[in-house]
Amino acid sequence: MHTRFATSLTVLLLALTFPAAFAAEVQVAVAANFTAPMQRIAADFEQATGHQAKLAFGSTGKFYAQIKNGAPFDVLLAADDETPAKLEREGDAVASSRFTYSIGRLALWSAKPGYVDAQGAVLKQGTFKHLALANPKLAPYGAAAVETLNKLGLLAALQPKFVQGENIAQTFQFVSTGNAELGFVALSQVFEGGKLKRGSAWIVPPGLHAPIRQDAVVLARGKDNPAALALMKYMKEDKARAIIKAYGYEY
Amino acid sequence: MLSDTDWSAIRLTLELASVTTLLLLVIGTPIAWWLARTRSAWKGAVGAVVALPIVLPPTVIGFYLLVAMGPEGPVGRLTQSLGLGVLPFTFAGLVVASVFYSLPFVVQPIQNAFEAIGERPLEAAATLRASPLDTFFSVVLPLARPGYLTASVLGFAHTVGEFGVVLMIGGNIPDKTRVVSVQIYDHVEALEYAQAHWLAAGMVAFSFVVLLLLYTLNPTGRRA
Repeated sequence: MHTRFATSLTVLLLALTFPAAFAAEVQVAVAANFTAPMQRIAADFEQATGHQAKLAFGSTGKFYAQIKNGAPFDVLLAADDETPAKLEREGDAVASSRFTYSIGRLALWSAKPGYVDAQGAVLKQGTFKHLALANPKLAPYGAAAVETLNKLGLLAALQPKFVQGENIAQTFQFVSTGNAELGFVALSQVFEGGKLKRGSAWIVPPGLHAPIRQDAVVLARGKDNPAALALMKYMKEDKARAIIKAYGYEY
Repeated sequence: MLSDTDWSAIRLTLELASVTTLLLLVIGTPIAWWLARTRSAWKGAVGAVVALPIVLPPTVIGFYLLVAMGPEGPVGRLTQSLGLGVLPFTFAGLVVASVFYSLPFVVQPIQNAFEAIGERPLEAAATLRASPLDTFFSVVLPLARPGYLTASVLGFAHTVGEFGVVLMIGGNIPDKTRVVSVQIYDHVEALEYAQAHWLAAGMVAFSFVVLLLLYTLNPTGRRA
């Protein structure tokens, strides 16, 4: 009697833990600008592979500091290509796992419809009080915004109107609450399914700034994690790339 | 060691903390007085509102202030109709946010001090025909001095230590809204750890000295 109970309990426990033997969990550090597409990709990834992807969103610089200090991330989807390369050089990432998962596009955006024209001429009029951008020292989208203004010859004139978000998510918040009339955000934040979600925007032509290459890398902690490797593979598949593209990224 | 932008952030922080503390002593005194003396049913509700910033994450306060003070928000509409423009990204905006954020750290010590005085000194002053105002300035204020010391120090130090709220409504503008805590955050994010250390260690030393002074000069202030 007793043994039969023990046996059935063992069977039950086995049945409960069995799927977990195949499904692993991957902790992913995701650059803030890639939040929306990654949530959808992760959901598809979980369905397709049975692995769990746990996402943390934030700035690449903060992730770097956390990874250097032992943060439990398996994969980094950075907002730039420098940080993953640096982590690789320093031995904190798996050599040769690195690839460009997306190339970000910059948009000059306002929450008000009709405020930003399709050529970005509103920048020259300068009738606004605040122009939001991500801190160029920290965020690739901020650096690209400064580069663009520089190329347009407007940097000196507009600098006094700058308000800086710590990352692109905060920059978006400044503009979407109307506190800044307009700002440079990631196209992915205002673009969905191939069109603008709200407000008005000028999609900055790629020639005005260096491409915003966003690289992914497997971190030292994830090197033997099957879910980490599966996610890296999945990011290159058509289904993931279709989502990436729908949010206005290239790859 | 410290760059010009670091010094400008330090200057701005001290300015913000000074203005905020002065305003808080003026605004906090009547609130503390009312809370200490009232028998109104509203006492609990008002006390709870004053204490809210202690428990709310700065992100909540910062986000709501950003929305409320923005052009579409109720405070933003008011300031615009008064011709003041909107408050986010300005020094005045940081002062308003800091006053709200540090309010409990000033009101509660003063309130405790007022409550500790009790009825008798006030009755004694009344029998000597002192006017309420006279009583307040010649009896209540001197007796409540330790409470005011605690309130000033905590209000000042808490404003210096503010980060999340400033980050969310400041916009990181040099000389206007880039305070020390934001500057440290920038240094850390930009991997400039050496500069971050100078400022961060300075903050630790400053905070320790302030609290040390408070607790040695005013041991009873701990109760606040």
